Amino acid sequence: MVDLKVKIGRMELKNPVMTASGTFGYGIEYQDFIDLSRIGGIVVKGTTLRDRQGNAYPRMAETPSGMLNAVGLQNKGVEYFINNIYPDIKSFETEIFVNVSGSTIDDYIITAEMLNDLDKIPGIELNISCPNVKEGGMAFGTSCLSAAQVVKEVRRVYKKELMVKLSPNVTDICEIAKAVEAEGADSISLINTLLGMAINAEKRIPVLSTVTGGLSGPAVKPVALRMVWQVAKAVKVPIIGMGGIMNATDAIEFLLAGASAIQIGTANFIDPTVSIKVLEGIEAYLVRHKFSSVNDIIGALEV
Amino acid sequence: MKKEMLDLIVKENKKLNDQYFLLILGSDTILPEMYPGQFVEVRVDNSPETFLRRPISINFVDYLKNELWLLVQIVGEGTRKLSLCKQGDLLNLLLPLGNSFTIPSTTDSKLLLVGGGVGIAPLLFLGTKLKEKGIECDFLLGGRSRDNLLQLDDFSAYGNVYTTTEDGSFGEKGFVTNHSILTNKKYDLIYTCGPTPMMKAVAAYAKSTNTECEVSLENTMACGFGACLCCVTDSTNGHVCVCTEGPVFNISKLKW
Repeated sequence: MVDLKVKIGRMELKNPVMTASGTFGYGIEYQDFIDLSRIGGIVVKGTTLRDRQGNAYPRMAETPSGMLNAVGLQNKGVEYFINNIYPDIKSFETEIFVNVSGSTIDDYIITAEMLNDLDKIPGIELNISCPNVKEGGMAFGTSCLSAAQVVKEVRRVYKKELMVKLSPNVTDICEIAKAVEAEGADSISLINTLLGMAINAEKRIPVLSTVTGGLSGPAVKPVALRMVWQVAKAVKVPIIGMGGIMNATDAIEFLLAGASAIQIGTANFIDPTVSIKVLEGIEAYLVRHKFSSVNDIIGALEV
Repeated sequence: MKKEMLDLIVKENKKLNDQYFLLILGSDTILPEMYPGQFVEVRVDNSPETFLRRPISINFVDYLKNELWLLVQIVGEGTRKLSLCKQGDLLNLLLPLGNSFTIPSTTDSKLLLVGGGVGIAPLLFLGTKLKEKGIECDFLLGGRSRDNLLQLDDFSAYGNVYTTTEDGSFGEKGFVTNHSILTNKKYDLIYTCGPTPMMKAVAAYAKSTNTECEVSLENTMACGFGACLCCVTDSTNGHVCVCTEGPVFNISKLKW
Protein backbone atom coordinates (compact mmCIF):
# COMPACT_ATOMS: atom_id res chain seq x y z
CA MET A 1 0.00 0.00 0.00
CA VAL A 2 1.43 3.35 -0.98
CA ASP A 3 0.63 6.46 1.00
CA LEU A 4 -1.11 8.99 -1.22
CA LYS A 5 -1.84 11.61 1.41
CA VAL A 6 -0.41 15.07 0.82
CA LYS A 7 -0.35 18.26 2.86
CA ILE A 8 -1.27 21.54 1.27
CA GLY A 9 -0.92 24.39 3.69
CA ARG A 10 -3.04 23.80 6.75
CA MET A 11 -4.86 20.77 5.45
CA GLU A 12 -4.35 17.24 4.29
CA LEU A 13 -5.77 15.69 1.11
CA LYS A 14 -6.35 11.94 0.82
CA ASN A 15 -4.48 12.10 -2.48
CA PRO A 16 -2.96 14.79 -4.70
CA VAL A 17 -5.60 14.65 -7.44
CA MET A 18 -7.92 17.63 -7.56
CA THR A 19 -10.17 19.01 -10.27
CA ALA A 20 -9.81 22.57 -11.52
CA SER A 21 -12.34 25.34 -11.16
CA GLY A 22 -14.52 25.99 -14.18
CA THR A 23 -14.03 22.52 -15.54
CA PHE A 24 -15.85 20.44 -12.97
CA GLY A 25 -19.03 22.43 -12.30
CA TYR A 26 -19.99 21.68 -8.70
CA GLY A 27 -19.00 18.02 -8.90
CA ILE A 28 -22.67 17.13 -9.40
CA GLU A 29 -22.19 17.11 -13.18
CA TYR A 30 -19.67 14.26 -12.83
CA GLN A 31 -21.52 12.02 -10.39
CA ASP A 32 -22.83 9.76 -13.16
CA PHE A 33 -19.30 9.10 -14.35
CA ILE A 34 -17.14 8.78 -11.25
CA ASP A 35 -17.15 8.20 -7.51
CA LEU A 36 -16.30 11.69 -6.25
CA SER A 37 -15.15 10.34 -2.89
CA ARG A 38 -12.06 8.90 -4.53
CA ILE A 39 -10.53 12.24 -5.56
CA GLY A 40 -8.46 14.43 -3.28
CA GLY A 41 -10.42 17.61 -3.81
CA ILE A 42 -12.75 19.58 -6.03
CA VAL A 43 -12.48 23.27 -6.79
CA VAL A 44 -15.96 24.40 -7.74
CA LYS A 45 -16.89 26.99 -10.36
CA GLY A 46 -15.64 30.57 -9.93
CA THR A 47 -17.97 32.34 -7.53
CA THR A 48 -18.54 36.08 -7.29
CA LEU A 49 -20.46 38.29 -4.90
CA ARG A 50 -23.27 38.86 -7.37
CA ASP A 51 -24.87 36.89 -10.16
CA ARG A 52 -22.91 37.07 -13.43
CA GLN A 53 -24.24 36.14 -16.86
CA GLY A 54 -20.74 35.84 -18.30
CA ASN A 55 -19.76 36.80 -21.82
CA ALA A 56 -21.83 36.46 -24.99
CA TYR A 57 -21.72 33.31 -27.13
CA PRO A 58 -19.42 32.18 -28.79
CA ARG A 59 -17.26 31.57 -25.74
CA MET A 60 -15.14 28.66 -26.88
CA ALA A 61 -12.72 27.90 -29.68
CA GLU A 62 -10.99 24.60 -30.24
CA THR A 63 -7.30 25.13 -30.96
CA PRO A 64 -4.47 22.67 -31.62
CA SER A 65 -4.14 20.48 -28.50
CA GLY A 66 -6.31 22.79 -26.49
CA MET A 67 -9.15 25.23 -26.32
CA LEU A 68 -9.79 28.89 -25.69
CA ASN A 69 -12.61 29.89 -23.41
CA ALA A 70 -14.15 33.23 -22.61
CA VAL A 71 -16.93 32.14 -20.26
CA GLY A 72 -16.39 35.16 -18.05
CA LEU A 73 -17.20 33.69 -14.63
CA GLN A 74 -20.86 32.94 -15.26
CA ASN A 75 -22.33 32.00 -11.87
CA LYS A 76 -25.34 32.80 -9.73
CA GLY A 77 -23.45 34.55 -6.97
CA VAL A 78 -22.24 33.45 -3.54
CA GLU A 79 -25.61 33.70 -1.82
CA TYR A 80 -27.18 31.36 -4.36
CA PHE A 81 -24.23 29.02 -3.91
CA ILE A 82 -24.67 28.95 -0.13
CA ASN A 83 -28.44 28.47 -0.21
CA ASN A 84 -28.96 26.29 -3.25
CA ILE A 85 -25.79 24.45 -4.18
CA TYR A 86 -23.91 23.94 -0.94
CA PRO A 87 -26.68 21.82 0.64
CA ASP A 88 -26.44 19.39 -2.31
CA ILE A 89 -22.67 19.03 -2.28
CA LYS A 90 -21.71 19.28 1.37
CA SER A 91 -22.05 15.52 1.84
CA PHE A 92 -19.48 14.74 -0.87
CA GLU A 93 -16.65 12.81 0.72
CA THR A 94 -13.92 14.94 -0.75
CA GLU A 95 -12.49 18.36 0.07
CA ILE A 96 -14.50 21.09 -1.62
CA PHE A 97 -12.83 24.41 -2.34
CA VAL A 98 -14.67 27.41 -3.70
CA ASN A 99 -12.94 29.49 -6.32
CA VAL A 100 -13.57 33.14 -5.44
CA SER A 101 -13.35 36.04 -7.85
CA GLY A 102 -14.32 39.68 -7.70
CA SER A 103 -14.31 43.03 -9.43
CA THR A 104 -13.20 44.95 -6.35
CA ILE A 105 -11.29 44.07 -3.20
CA ASP A 106 -14.52 44.47 -1.23
CA ASP A 107 -16.17 41.85 -3.45
CA TYR A 108 -13.40 39.40 -2.58
CA ILE A 109 -13.59 40.19 1.13
CA ILE A 110 -17.38 39.83 1.45
CA THR A 111 -17.49 36.65 -0.63
CA ALA A 112 -14.66 35.05 1.35
CA GLU A 113 -16.27 36.07 4.63
CA MET A 114 -19.57 34.47 3.67
CA LEU A 115 -17.83 31.22 2.71
CA ASN A 116 -15.79 31.16 5.92
CA ASP A 117 -18.88 30.02 7.83
CA LEU A 118 -19.53 26.93 5.73
CA ASP A 119 -18.46 23.82 7.69
CA LYS A 120 -17.79 21.62 4.70
CA ILE A 121 -15.79 24.16 2.73
CA PRO A 122 -12.27 23.84 4.21
CA GLY A 123 -10.74 26.39 1.88
CA ILE A 124 -11.05 28.83 -0.97
CA GLU A 125 -9.03 29.34 -4.07
CA LEU A 126 -8.59 33.04 -4.60
CA ASN A 127 -8.84 33.68 -8.31
CA ILE A 128 -6.74 36.71 -9.12
CA SER A 129 -6.07 35.40 -12.58
CA CYS A 130 -9.25 35.15 -14.69
CA PRO A 131 -8.41 36.64 -18.12
CA ASN A 132 -12.04 36.87 -19.22
CA VAL A 133 -13.56 39.63 -17.14
CA LYS A 134 -13.22 43.32 -17.84
CA GLU A 135 -12.45 44.46 -14.34
CA GLY A 136 -10.96 42.51 -11.46
CA GLY A 137 -9.81 38.95 -12.01
CA MET A 138 -6.47 39.00 -13.75
CA ALA A 139 -6.06 42.73 -13.09
CA PHE A 140 -5.33 41.81 -9.46
CA GLY A 141 -2.93 39.03 -10.28
CA THR A 142 -0.64 40.80 -12.72
CA SER A 143 1.01 43.25 -10.35
CA CYS A 144 2.73 42.38 -7.09
CA LEU A 145 1.16 45.31 -5.33
CA SER A 146 -2.49 44.52 -6.14
CA ALA A 147 -1.96 40.76 -5.72
CA ALA A 148 -0.48 41.37 -2.28
CA GLN A 149 -3.26 43.78 -1.35
CA VAL A 150 -6.15 41.46 -2.21
CA VAL A 151 -4.51 38.50 -0.43
CA LYS A 152 -3.81 40.63 2.63
CA GLU A 153 -7.41 41.85 2.87
CA VAL A 154 -8.93 38.41 2.34
CA ARG A 155 -6.48 36.83 4.80
CA ARG A 156 -7.79 39.17 7.50
CA VAL A 157 -11.33 37.77 7.21
CA TYR A 158 -10.79 34.24 5.95
CA LYS A 159 -9.59 31.82 8.60
CA LYS A 160 -9.26 28.55 6.68
CA GLU A 161 -7.09 27.30 3.82
CA LEU A 162 -6.33 30.19 1.50
CA MET A 163 -5.08 28.99 -1.85
CA VAL A 164 -4.18 31.71 -4.35
CA LYS A 165 -4.41 31.00 -8.07
CA LEU A 166 -1.87 32.77 -10.20
CA SER A 167 -1.97 34.04 -13.73
CA PRO A 168 0.76 33.02 -16.18
CA ASN A 169 0.22 36.28 -18.06
CA VAL A 170 2.98 38.09 -16.20
CA THR A 171 6.65 38.88 -16.71
CA ASP A 172 7.86 37.14 -13.55
CA ILE A 173 5.44 34.77 -11.85
CA CYS A 174 7.89 34.16 -8.97
CA GLU A 175 7.62 37.78 -7.85
CA ILE A 176 3.82 37.49 -7.66
CA ALA A 177 4.12 34.16 -5.82
CA LYS A 178 6.45 35.67 -3.23
CA ALA A 179 4.14 38.66 -2.79
CA VAL A 180 1.07 36.49 -2.05
CA GLU A 181 3.09 34.19 0.19
CA ALA A 182 4.25 37.17 2.22
CA GLU A 183 0.63 38.22 2.81
CA GLY A 184 -0.41 34.86 4.20
CA ALA A 185 -1.41 32.57 1.34
CA ASP A 186 -1.40 28.97 2.63
CA SER A 187 -0.79 27.53 -0.81
CA ILE A 188 -0.44 28.65 -4.40
CA SER A 189 -2.16 27.12 -7.41
CA LEU A 190 -0.97 27.70 -10.95
CA ILE A 191 -1.43 28.20 -13.80
CA ASN A 192 -4.68 29.83 -14.83
CA THR A 193 -5.20 30.05 -18.59
CA LEU A 194 -2.85 31.80 -20.99
CA LEU A 195 -4.33 34.74 -22.85
CA GLY A 196 -4.85 33.76 -26.47
CA MET A 197 -6.91 34.38 -29.57
CA ALA A 198 -8.46 32.58 -32.53
CA ILE A 199 -9.53 33.98 -35.89
CA ASN A 200 -12.02 32.78 -38.47
CA ALA A 201 -10.14 33.67 -41.65
CA GLU A 202 -13.04 32.90 -44.02
CA LYS A 203 -15.32 35.36 -42.27
CA ARG A 204 -12.47 37.69 -41.18
CA ILE A 205 -13.83 37.78 -37.62
CA PRO A 206 -12.59 36.63 -34.21
CA VAL A 207 -13.96 33.26 -33.11
CA LEU A 208 -14.73 34.48 -29.58
CA SER A 209 -17.24 37.23 -28.82
CA THR A 210 -14.59 38.78 -26.58
CA VAL A 211 -11.85 38.48 -29.25
CA THR A 212 -9.35 37.09 -26.71
CA GLY A 213 -9.78 34.21 -24.28
CA GLY A 214 -7.94 31.82 -22.00
CA LEU A 215 -5.97 28.94 -23.51
CA SER A 216 -5.95 25.59 -21.73
CA GLY A 217 -5.22 21.97 -22.54
CA PRO A 218 -1.99 20.12 -23.37
CA ALA A 219 -0.83 23.08 -25.50
CA VAL A 220 -0.01 24.98 -22.29
CA LYS A 221 1.60 22.11 -20.36
CA PRO A 222 5.27 22.94 -20.97
CA VAL A 223 4.68 26.55 -19.90
CA ALA A 224 2.78 25.44 -16.80
CA LEU A 225 5.43 22.91 -15.85
CA ARG A 226 8.18 25.51 -16.15
CA MET A 227 6.25 27.97 -13.99
CA VAL A 228 5.47 25.37 -11.32
CA TRP A 229 9.14 24.44 -11.18
CA GLN A 230 10.22 28.09 -10.85
CA VAL A 231 7.59 28.99 -8.25
CA ALA A 232 8.25 25.85 -6.19
CA LYS A 233 11.84 26.99 -5.82
CA ALA A 234 10.89 30.58 -5.04
CA VAL A 235 8.40 30.03 -2.20
CA LYS A 236 7.99 27.77 0.85
CA VAL A 237 4.21 27.28 0.71
CA PRO A 238 2.91 24.21 -1.13
CA ILE A 239 2.14 24.43 -4.84
CA ILE A 240 -0.89 22.99 -6.59
CA GLY A 241 0.14 22.51 -10.19
CA MET A 242 -2.08 22.50 -13.24
CA GLY A 243 -2.05 23.19 -16.94
CA GLY A 244 -2.81 20.60 -19.62
CA ILE A 245 -2.72 17.48 -17.43
CA MET A 246 -4.28 14.70 -19.52
CA ASN A 247 -2.95 11.57 -17.81
CA ALA A 248 -0.98 10.23 -14.85
CA THR A 249 2.39 10.85 -16.50
CA ASP A 250 1.56 14.54 -16.90
CA ALA A 251 0.48 14.69 -13.26
CA ILE A 252 3.66 12.98 -12.06
CA GLU A 253 5.74 15.50 -14.03
CA PHE A 254 4.07 18.31 -12.07
CA LEU A 255 4.72 16.53 -8.78
CA LEU A 256 8.38 16.03 -9.71
CA ALA A 257 8.61 19.72 -10.61
CA GLY A 258 7.57 20.56 -7.07
CA ALA A 259 3.77 20.54 -6.90
CA SER A 260 2.31 18.94 -3.76
CA ALA A 261 -1.01 18.35 -5.52
CA ILE A 262 -2.34 18.77 -9.03
CA GLN A 263 -5.56 19.93 -10.62
CA ILE A 264 -7.07 18.43 -13.73
CA GLY A 265 -8.98 20.87 -15.90
CA THR A 266 -9.75 20.68 -19.59
CA ALA A 267 -9.17 16.90 -19.69
CA ASN A 268 -12.40 16.45 -17.69
CA PHE A 269 -14.36 17.63 -20.73
CA ILE A 270 -12.87 14.97 -22.96
CA ASP A 271 -12.90 12.14 -20.46
CA PRO A 272 -15.10 12.76 -17.41
CA THR A 273 -13.44 9.79 -15.69
CA VAL A 274 -9.88 11.05 -16.21
CA SER A 275 -9.33 12.08 -12.58
CA ILE A 276 -9.73 8.47 -11.42
CA LYS A 277 -7.40 7.26 -14.17
CA VAL A 278 -4.78 9.80 -13.11
CA LEU A 279 -5.11 8.73 -9.48
CA GLU A 280 -4.71 5.06 -10.35
CA GLY A 281 -1.79 5.90 -12.64
CA ILE A 282 0.06 7.79 -9.91
CA GLU A 283 -0.44 4.88 -7.55
CA ALA A 284 0.85 2.40 -10.13
CA TYR A 285 3.90 4.60 -10.80
CA LEU A 286 4.76 4.73 -7.09
CA VAL A 287 4.46 0.96 -6.80
CA ARG A 288 6.51 0.40 -9.94
CA HIS A 289 9.29 2.70 -8.69
CA LYS A 290 9.04 1.30 -5.15
CA PHE A 291 8.14 4.57 -3.45
CA SER A 292 6.16 4.18 -0.25
CA SER A 293 4.65 7.65 -0.35
CA VAL A 294 3.67 10.16 -3.00
CA ASN A 295 5.62 12.70 -0.94
CA ASP A 296 8.79 10.92 -2.09
CA ILE A 297 8.34 12.26 -5.60
CA ILE A 298 7.23 15.82 -4.79
CA GLY A 299 10.02 18.09 -6.01
CA ALA A 300 12.18 15.03 -6.67
CA LEU A 301 13.29 16.21 -10.08
CA GLU A 302 16.99 15.53 -10.53
CA VAL A 303 18.50 18.52 -12.29
CA MET B 1 -31.35 9.63 -16.64
CA LYS B 2 -27.84 8.37 -15.98
CA LYS B 3 -25.18 9.49 -18.42
CA GLU B 4 -22.64 6.90 -19.47
CA MET B 5 -19.31 6.69 -21.23
CA LEU B 6 -19.35 3.71 -23.59
CA ASP B 7 -17.19 2.19 -26.30
CA LEU B 8 -19.48 1.33 -29.19
CA ILE B 9 -18.57 -0.79 -32.19
CA VAL B 10 -18.95 0.57 -35.70
CA LYS B 11 -21.23 -1.99 -37.36
CA GLU B 12 -21.51 -0.04 -40.56
CA ASN B 13 -20.38 3.29 -42.00
CA LYS B 14 -22.70 4.05 -44.93
CA LYS B 15 -21.58 6.79 -47.26
CA LEU B 16 -24.78 8.54 -48.35
CA ASN B 17 -23.06 10.99 -50.68
CA ASP B 18 -19.93 13.20 -50.68
CA GLN B 19 -21.17 15.19 -47.71
CA TYR B 20 -23.12 12.79 -45.52
CA PHE B 21 -22.59 9.42 -43.88
CA LEU B 22 -24.54 7.24 -41.52
CA LEU B 23 -22.75 5.51 -38.66
CA ILE B 24 -24.51 2.45 -37.30
CA LEU B 25 -23.07 1.64 -33.89
CA GLY B 26 -23.60 -1.46 -31.81
CA SER B 27 -22.75 -2.64 -28.34
CA ASP B 28 -22.22 -5.86 -26.39
CA THR B 29 -24.31 -4.44 -23.60
CA ILE B 30 -27.86 -3.13 -23.86
CA LEU B 31 -27.90 0.50 -24.97
CA PRO B 32 -29.33 2.89 -22.39
CA GLU B 33 -32.73 4.41 -22.94
CA MET B 34 -32.55 7.49 -25.15
CA TYR B 35 -35.12 10.05 -26.21
CA PRO B 36 -35.57 11.99 -29.44
CA GLY B 37 -33.72 15.30 -29.36
CA GLN B 38 -30.93 13.97 -27.18
CA PHE B 39 -27.37 13.80 -28.43
CA VAL B 40 -24.07 12.03 -27.88
CA GLU B 41 -20.51 13.36 -27.58
CA VAL B 42 -18.14 11.35 -29.77
CA ARG B 43 -14.43 11.21 -29.15
CA VAL B 44 -12.73 11.47 -32.50
CA ASP B 45 -9.15 10.64 -31.58
CA ASN B 46 -6.18 12.24 -29.93
CA SER B 47 -4.95 14.24 -32.89
CA PRO B 48 -4.18 17.88 -32.06
CA GLU B 49 -6.82 19.26 -34.46
CA THR B 50 -9.69 17.24 -33.04
CA PHE B 51 -9.02 17.75 -29.39
CA LEU B 52 -12.60 17.98 -28.15
CA ARG B 53 -15.49 15.57 -28.54
CA ARG B 54 -18.06 16.19 -31.28
CA PRO B 55 -21.72 16.57 -30.29
CA ILE B 56 -23.95 14.61 -32.66
CA SER B 57 -27.69 14.17 -32.37
CA ILE B 58 -29.30 10.77 -32.15
CA ASN B 59 -30.75 9.85 -35.53
CA PHE B 60 -32.41 6.58 -34.57
CA VAL B 61 -32.18 3.84 -31.96
CA ASP B 62 -33.07 0.31 -32.96
CA TYR B 63 -33.58 -1.46 -29.64
CA LEU B 64 -34.26 -4.81 -31.33
CA LYS B 65 -30.85 -4.80 -32.98
CA ASN B 66 -29.27 -2.76 -30.14
CA GLU B 67 -28.13 -0.16 -32.66
CA LEU B 68 -27.55 3.58 -32.46
CA TRP B 69 -27.61 5.57 -35.69
CA LEU B 70 -25.71 8.81 -36.16
CA LEU B 71 -26.31 10.83 -39.32
CA VAL B 72 -23.28 13.03 -39.87
CA GLN B 73 -22.40 15.81 -42.29
CA ILE B 74 -18.73 16.44 -43.02
CA VAL B 75 -18.23 20.01 -41.87
CA GLY B 76 -14.67 19.99 -40.52
CA GLU B 77 -11.73 17.90 -39.49
CA GLY B 78 -13.56 15.98 -36.74
CA THR B 79 -16.46 14.85 -38.90
CA ARG B 80 -14.06 14.13 -41.77
CA LYS B 81 -12.09 11.78 -39.50
CA LEU B 82 -15.31 10.13 -38.34
CA SER B 83 -16.28 9.59 -41.97
CA LEU B 84 -13.22 7.32 -42.27
CA CYS B 85 -14.42 4.92 -39.54
CA LYS B 86 -14.42 1.30 -40.57
CA GLN B 87 -16.55 -1.63 -39.54
CA GLY B 88 -15.21 -3.01 -36.26
CA ASP B 89 -13.68 0.27 -35.09
CA LEU B 90 -14.51 1.36 -31.55
CA LEU B 91 -15.89 4.82 -30.86
CA ASN B 92 -16.00 6.28 -27.38
CA LEU B 93 -19.27 8.09 -26.64
CA LEU B 94 -20.88 9.99 -23.80
CA LEU B 95 -24.62 9.42 -23.84
CA PRO B 96 -27.45 10.19 -23.60
CA LEU B 97 -27.02 13.96 -23.25
CA GLY B 98 -29.46 16.87 -23.15
CA ASN B 99 -33.23 17.07 -22.96
CA SER B 100 -35.71 15.85 -25.54
CA PHE B 101 -38.65 16.94 -27.68
CA THR B 102 -42.03 17.01 -25.95
CA ILE B 103 -44.20 14.06 -26.90
CA PRO B 104 -47.88 15.14 -26.81
CA SER B 105 -50.09 13.30 -24.34
CA THR B 106 -53.01 13.05 -26.75
CA THR B 107 -52.92 11.13 -30.01
CA ASP B 108 -54.99 13.60 -32.02
CA SER B 109 -52.36 16.39 -32.06
CA LYS B 110 -51.42 17.67 -35.49
CA LEU B 111 -47.66 17.72 -35.62
CA LEU B 112 -45.21 19.04 -38.17
CA LEU B 113 -41.51 18.14 -38.05
CA VAL B 114 -39.41 20.59 -40.07
CA GLY B 115 -35.80 19.72 -40.84
CA GLY B 116 -33.07 21.20 -42.97
CA GLY B 117 -29.84 19.58 -44.09
CA VAL B 118 -28.29 17.36 -41.42
CA GLY B 119 -30.81 18.87 -38.98
CA ILE B 120 -33.25 16.22 -40.09
CA ALA B 121 -31.27 13.71 -38.00
CA PRO B 122 -33.18 13.88 -34.69
CA LEU B 123 -36.54 14.15 -36.47
CA LEU B 124 -36.38 10.57 -37.71
CA PHE B 125 -36.01 9.31 -34.11
CA LEU B 126 -38.83 11.66 -33.06
CA GLY B 127 -41.04 10.34 -35.86
CA THR B 128 -40.50 6.74 -34.75
CA LYS B 129 -41.40 7.59 -31.15
CA LEU B 130 -44.52 9.48 -32.24
CA LYS B 131 -45.63 6.52 -34.32
CA GLU B 132 -45.08 4.19 -31.35
CA LYS B 133 -47.48 6.41 -29.39
CA GLY B 134 -49.98 6.25 -32.24
CA ILE B 135 -49.49 9.87 -33.21
CA GLU B 136 -49.40 10.77 -36.89
CA CYS B 137 -47.10 13.47 -38.10
CA ASP B 138 -46.01 15.31 -41.22
CA PHE B 139 -42.38 15.83 -42.14
CA LEU B 140 -41.27 18.89 -44.04
CA LEU B 141 -37.68 18.44 -45.13
CA GLY B 142 -35.57 20.94 -47.00
CA GLY B 143 -32.14 21.12 -48.56
CA ARG B 144 -30.11 23.08 -51.07
CA SER B 145 -30.57 20.36 -53.66
CA ARG B 146 -31.66 16.73 -53.94
CA ASP B 147 -28.28 15.64 -52.49
CA ASN B 148 -29.11 17.32 -49.19
CA LEU B 149 -32.38 15.44 -48.73
CA LEU B 150 -31.54 12.30 -46.83
CA GLN B 151 -33.30 9.21 -45.49
CA LEU B 152 -36.55 10.04 -47.33
CA ASP B 153 -37.54 6.37 -47.43
CA ASP B 154 -36.95 6.01 -43.70
CA PHE B 155 -39.07 9.08 -42.97
CA SER B 156 -41.94 7.95 -45.18
CA ALA B 157 -42.46 4.92 -42.91
CA TYR B 158 -43.49 7.24 -40.06
CA GLY B 159 -45.56 9.98 -41.72
CA ASN B 160 -46.26 12.08 -44.79
CA VAL B 161 -43.10 13.57 -46.25
CA TYR B 162 -43.08 16.99 -47.93
CA THR B 163 -39.89 18.37 -49.41
CA THR B 164 -38.34 21.56 -50.73
CA THR B 165 -35.05 22.27 -52.45
CA GLU B 166 -33.56 25.68 -53.04
CA ASP B 167 -32.62 24.81 -56.61
CA GLY B 168 -35.91 23.06 -57.36
CA SER B 169 -34.21 19.73 -58.11
CA PHE B 170 -36.69 17.89 -55.88
CA GLY B 171 -40.01 18.75 -54.22
CA GLU B 172 -41.21 22.32 -54.14
CA LYS B 173 -38.67 24.98 -55.06
CA GLY B 174 -37.65 27.36 -52.28
CA PHE B 175 -37.22 27.27 -48.50
CA VAL B 176 -39.22 25.05 -46.15
CA THR B 177 -41.14 28.11 -44.96
CA ASN B 178 -42.40 28.66 -48.53
CA HIS B 179 -43.93 25.18 -48.77
CA SER B 180 -47.65 25.08 -49.59
CA ILE B 181 -48.39 22.71 -46.70
CA LEU B 182 -47.91 25.65 -44.32
CA THR B 183 -50.74 27.58 -45.95
CA ASN B 184 -52.97 24.54 -46.43
CA LYS B 185 -52.79 22.97 -43.00
CA LYS B 186 -52.90 24.11 -39.37
CA TYR B 187 -50.71 22.37 -36.79
CA ASP B 188 -50.78 22.20 -32.99
CA LEU B 189 -47.04 21.83 -32.58
CA ILE B 190 -44.06 22.32 -34.85
CA TYR B 191 -40.66 20.79 -34.13
CA THR B 192 -37.67 22.05 -36.04
CA CYS B 193 -33.98 21.34 -36.39
CA GLY B 194 -31.58 22.68 -38.98
CA PRO B 195 -29.58 25.79 -39.85
CA THR B 196 -30.30 28.71 -37.51
CA PRO B 197 -31.77 31.01 -40.22
CA MET B 198 -34.19 28.21 -41.17
CA MET B 199 -35.20 27.58 -37.55
CA LYS B 200 -35.69 31.30 -36.99
CA ALA B 201 -37.94 31.46 -40.07
CA VAL B 202 -39.93 28.45 -38.83
CA ALA B 203 -40.17 30.04 -35.37
CA ALA B 204 -41.44 33.28 -36.95
CA TYR B 205 -44.09 31.32 -38.87
CA ALA B 206 -45.11 29.51 -35.67
CA LYS B 207 -45.40 32.78 -33.77
CA SER B 208 -47.45 34.39 -36.55
CA THR B 209 -49.90 31.47 -36.48
CA ASN B 210 -49.90 31.03 -32.68
CA THR B 211 -48.48 27.55 -32.98
CA GLU B 212 -46.36 25.92 -30.29
CA CYS B 213 -42.83 25.41 -31.54
CA GLU B 214 -39.77 23.54 -30.30
CA VAL B 215 -36.34 24.11 -31.82
CA SER B 216 -33.17 22.08 -31.39
CA LEU B 217 -30.05 24.23 -31.09
CA GLU B 218 -26.55 23.24 -32.03
CA ASN B 219 -24.09 25.55 -30.26
CA THR B 220 -20.43 24.65 -30.10
CA MET B 221 -19.60 22.98 -26.80
CA ALA B 222 -16.68 21.42 -24.99
CA CYS B 223 -18.15 18.97 -22.47
CA GLY B 224 -21.80 18.32 -23.35
CA PHE B 225 -22.93 17.85 -19.75
CA GLY B 226 -23.07 21.29 -18.17
CA ALA B 227 -19.56 21.70 -16.79
CA CYS B 228 -17.80 24.06 -19.20
CA LEU B 229 -20.59 26.64 -19.71
CA CYS B 230 -19.38 27.29 -23.25
CA CYS B 231 -22.54 26.48 -25.24
CA VAL B 232 -24.90 29.04 -23.73
CA THR B 233 -27.83 30.64 -25.48
CA ASP B 234 -29.65 33.75 -24.37
CA SER B 235 -32.98 32.71 -22.84
CA THR B 236 -35.69 34.33 -20.78
CA ASN B 237 -33.67 33.01 -17.80
CA GLY B 238 -30.43 34.58 -19.00
CA HIS B 239 -27.55 32.50 -20.34
CA VAL B 240 -28.37 28.79 -20.17
CA CYS B 241 -26.40 25.78 -21.39
CA VAL B 242 -27.70 24.28 -24.61
CA CYS B 243 -26.27 20.91 -23.53
CA THR B 244 -28.32 20.60 -20.33
CA GLU B 245 -31.26 23.04 -20.58
CA GLY B 246 -31.54 22.09 -24.27
CA PRO B 247 -30.75 21.26 -26.99
CA VAL B 248 -34.54 21.45 -27.37
CA PHE B 249 -36.15 24.76 -26.44
CA ASN B 250 -39.70 26.01 -26.71
CA ILE B 251 -39.36 29.25 -28.69
CA SER B 252 -41.17 31.10 -25.90
CA LYS B 253 -38.03 30.50 -23.77
CA LEU B 254 -35.63 31.98 -26.31
CA LYS B 255 -34.95 35.60 -27.17
CA TRP B 256 -35.75 35.02 -30.84
